[in-house]
Amino acid sequence: MSWSLRAARLASGALATKIPMSNPDLPATPRLQLALLSSVFVVAACGLAYELVAGALASYLLGDSVTQFSTVIGAYLFAMGVGSWLSKYIERDLVGAFVRIEIAVGLLGGCAAALLFISFAAELGPFRVLLYLAVFAVGVLVGLEIPLVMRILRREVAFNELVARVLSFDYLGALAVSILFPLLLAPHLGLVRTGFLFGLLNAGVALWALWLFRAEFAGRLALKLAAWGAFAILGAGFVAAGWLTTQAESWLYADPVIHAETSPYQRIVITRQRDDIRLFLNQNLQFSSQDEYRYHEALVHPGLANLPQAKRALVLGGGDGLAVREILKYPQIESVTLVDLDPAMTRLFATAPLLRRLNGDALNSPRLRIVNRDAVRWLEEEAQSYDFIVADFPDPSNYSLGKLYSVPFYRLLKRHLAPGGRLVVQATSPFYARQSFWTVVATLEDAGFKTAPYHALVPSFGEWGFILAGREEYRPPETFTVPLKFLTPETARAMFDFPADMARLPAEPNRLNQQNLVRLFEAEWRHAVR
Amino acid sequence: MRRRDFLAVAASLPLIACTKKSAPPLPPGTLSGGDFALGHRLRAGDFPAPSETRRVPLLIVGAGIAGLSAAWRLERAGLRDFLIYELEEAPGGNARFAENEVSAYPLGAHYLPLPTREARALRELLADLGALEGDPQAARPHYDERLLCAAPQERVYRQGFWEEGLLPRLGVSRAVREEYARFFDLMQALREARDEAGRRAFALPLAFSSPAPRWRSLDGITMRQWLFDHGLTSPELYWYVDYCCRDDFGTRAAETSAWAGLHYFACRNGEAANAAPETVLTAPEGNGWIVKRLAPRFADRLVTGALAFRLAQTRRRASADFWLAAEGRSLRIEAEAIVWAAPPFMLPKVAAGLPAPIAAACRAETAPWLVANLTLSAPPAAGAGAGLAWDNVLYGSPALGYVVATHQHLSAAPGPTVLTYYHALAEMPPAAARELLLRRSQPEWAALILAELSRAHADIGRLTKRLDIHRHGHAMVRPVPGLLWGGSRAMLAAGWGRVFFAHADVSGLSLCEEANYRGVLAAERALALLGQRAVSLL
Repeated sequence: MSWSLRAARLASGALATKIPMSNPDLPATPRLQLALLSSVFVVAACGLAYELVAGALASYLLGDSVTQFSTVIGAYLFAMGVGSWLSKYIERDLVGAFVRIEIAVGLLGGCAAALLFISFAAELGPFRVLLYLAVFAVGVLVGLEIPLVMRILRREVAFNELVARVLSFDYLGALAVSILFPLLLAPHLGLVRTGFLFGLLNAGVALWALWLFRAEFAGRLALKLAAWGAFAILGAGFVAAGWLTTQAESWLYADPVIHAETSPYQRIVITRQRDDIRLFLNQNLQFSSQDEYRYHEALVHPGLANLPQAKRALVLGGGDGLAVREILKYPQIESVTLVDLDPAMTRLFATAPLLRRLNGDALNSPRLRIVNRDAVRWLEEEAQSYDFIVADFPDPSNYSLGKLYSVPFYRLLKRHLAPGGRLVVQATSPFYARQSFWTVVATLEDAGFKTAPYHALVPSFGEWGFILAGREEYRPPETFTVPLKFLTPETARAMFDFPADMARLPAEPNRLNQQNLVRLFEAEWRHAVR
Repeated sequence: MRRRDFLAVAASLPLIACTKKSAPPLPPGTLSGGDFALGHRLRAGDFPAPSETRRVPLLIVGAGIAGLSAAWRLERAGLRDFLIYELEEAPGGNARFAENEVSAYPLGAHYLPLPTREARALRELLADLGALEGDPQAARPHYDERLLCAAPQERVYRQGFWEEGLLPRLGVSRAVREEYARFFDLMQALREARDEAGRRAFALPLAFSSPAPRWRSLDGITMRQWLFDHGLTSPELYWYVDYCCRDDFGTRAAETSAWAGLHYFACRNGEAANAAPETVLTAPEGNGWIVKRLAPRFADRLVTGALAFRLAQTRRRASADFWLAAEGRSLRIEAEAIVWAAPPFMLPKVAAGLPAPIAAACRAETAPWLVANLTLSAPPAAGAGAGLAWDNVLYGSPALGYVVATHQHLSAAPGPTVLTYYHALAEMPPAAARELLLRRSQPEWAALILAELSRAHADIGRLTKRLDIHRHGHAMVRPVPGLLWGGSRAMLAAGWGRVFFAHADVSGLSLCEEANYRGVLAAERALALLGQRAVSLL
């Protein structure tokens, strides 16, 4: 008897349920068993992959990965239970049902990541509802798979053997994906393409089953067409995944994306809508060219206009060169040192014509030295002191960044501040994160500085806070000698006045062993309504 | 290709692909420490007769925290005429450290809790080293902020998630949480408990603890027994308590004296003006920062690589013979008093005429430890839940997790780092564990450690560029029931004629505070023997 004949007999037997329960003596059936068991392996791998993709996508888009993973896995496992329970209602045409389920799970699971990402970016519907609907649907279908395979195999293998083999292949498949997902798939293929890849595998299992049982499926053209159709759609999705992601990202940013790159440190995205150029780092707005002059004039001039003797300036962070542009307006400044961790940032803002126009080509100034290093390590080795220091770091949204707003860090900066020099710190919003802002003031004071906190309205950000710090008391400048668009001596003086809703609150300094600032900042911005 | 061949290959492909990808080559590294060859040599005893005899008023054997504290105490009393002989190539003992191009990192003890009110000499020492500002005996002194462990201090990995703190709380039933609360209420009560004379139930140094039998008798049962006697039976709490026993004593809760186990939770009452009470003092090199600041003061009197192989005394003086391996000769030091700040377990092998009860006390079982330092090209990828902390523990692991050497650095950028992984081999009898510690090669340990850590960090194998193993064959005495208050520690504390024993193992708890206390106490007694009376720092 040929192999295919036996397979056909088996398949028809599966249909008619006539073959005795167990017949281990059949010499050739192990091959079919192996085929079905390897499909269990693939099916299990796909099942776990969809779960991981959904969990990762939800944490990427919604944050709070504990909650996202926990609820996605919970919903998914529950749905699988529902699927397993529903499988008892499939009484006839087990193989046909299996093929249909494979096609459905391949299409739905494979496209889910792409569709969810697009729906989030384009705001097509309530994202969480769509997410859990998709997770539930895929879970039900995946839950149907294993019981069906077990029933198809049941006629060939004794029950104890069957359970042992099917479940061990099931768990092996899960193991393979759990290792491959974080190491290879997520970092190299991305979530959307990984989704399509596993969809293709499911569709492949459907095609394989059609071929294995081809005698049984003779004439069922619709099923074959459906399987090939699904395979083609998923293949196209796999190829176009990069384009799809870019498209979705451009919806995410409202304005057309004119540049996007991923450096080892961050995702840099530049958008442009007519005259408005915006920089996003990891999706957070850094500036809008419409009002960035307000931010950077407020950051630099209240401190520097008062330092006619200043020769050396230091800018920490701020690789866009906009703060440097303001500093270079002062002819007495002989040298500016810009320390930014990410060479991709300084390279971009030193070469792209549009961005060079924006920062006045500051990054190509002969008076500028660019250091692409970690600010702390550089400061620890640097011996020079500076007359004017700008600390323009991202907000203290995690423990690592919180260190750049701590007492020891400000002590380190103090060592590099020349006599009579001044330090300015961007310190988040005194309106949205009032307690955080005054915590930074208290931290600078604990490090031995005299502080002069002030604020300015930057429409893209809202009311924004800055702190001048030095060894001596500060006085706002009487005049500004350089060309400015925003500041006048009167507005500058008024910035140091805090209205009642932003007035000083008692605050503990941000000590490294507590990092109270990080917790405060997180809590305040979570409640901020903008 | 025939159909069945195709099927077989197709079925095995994913497996082949995954084994190839998930097993990068094992990282290189050294295998150091382990007093194994040495123990053998001591037993054989074939050392040449001393070729030279030197005389000094006072000799210290061992340059760990106890020996260095003794030296520090002698200098404070104005006695500079002493020598320190150390077996290893560098001072530090259990507080030793090493350094590579990425960071300094510990080879042993890695933190010091805020000192208790009773740890008077230790506070003086910290002030002297610049770690404590203002009045050392203040209720809430100000500590050097760079030494206070930066937040977040610790996290635990359980069921795929990292949680802040060491006690699992996510997905833990209310009954278990209530048990936690009850346990900590009991510990708080013990922390505040005092006897009629005002002595604390559990003090640190433990010599200041109350002798009242209602607490001392707890040395007769195990920590496990105590938990069960108090209806504390949840696996989560048991794991936590067992973890703490293994972490501090290298001994499972089922074998640890309940007095010792409770002491861990109830003795700490140190506070700081600028930190929360549970904050610890640490540095990239662990407790090595103390050695780094203290040992150079005695550099001119410190001899390393010197194995004491004979200790003897007469009515007039004591002497110690050393084998100087580098010089290939032996040397005798005669002193009026000797501070033996090396582990007591070595004494029966070297001390001529050591009274049998003291020798018996010295033979208490010790715990073997493994410390592995993993040099990583980048921190492991963030998993689900809380981010990288200083101390990172895997729930249910036989090992103790790892601390991050670069955690105290101010830098915010993710760069290369060193993880110090601890494993007290408490899961089997000490002798068998010691044999295993000696027998396994660096690649074997590396494979085991990476497999264990890959439970939480899938990328650990790829990121680890070096994995250096340091072995402590006899890291610490095991505080099993009866060890602390059964008489053997008191026997050692009394000393032996002109030899004063100064080592944390004399107390029975291998803690920096005890090492310092024993070192200072032995130095003060030796000073008294030399006729110098000084006000005790203790």
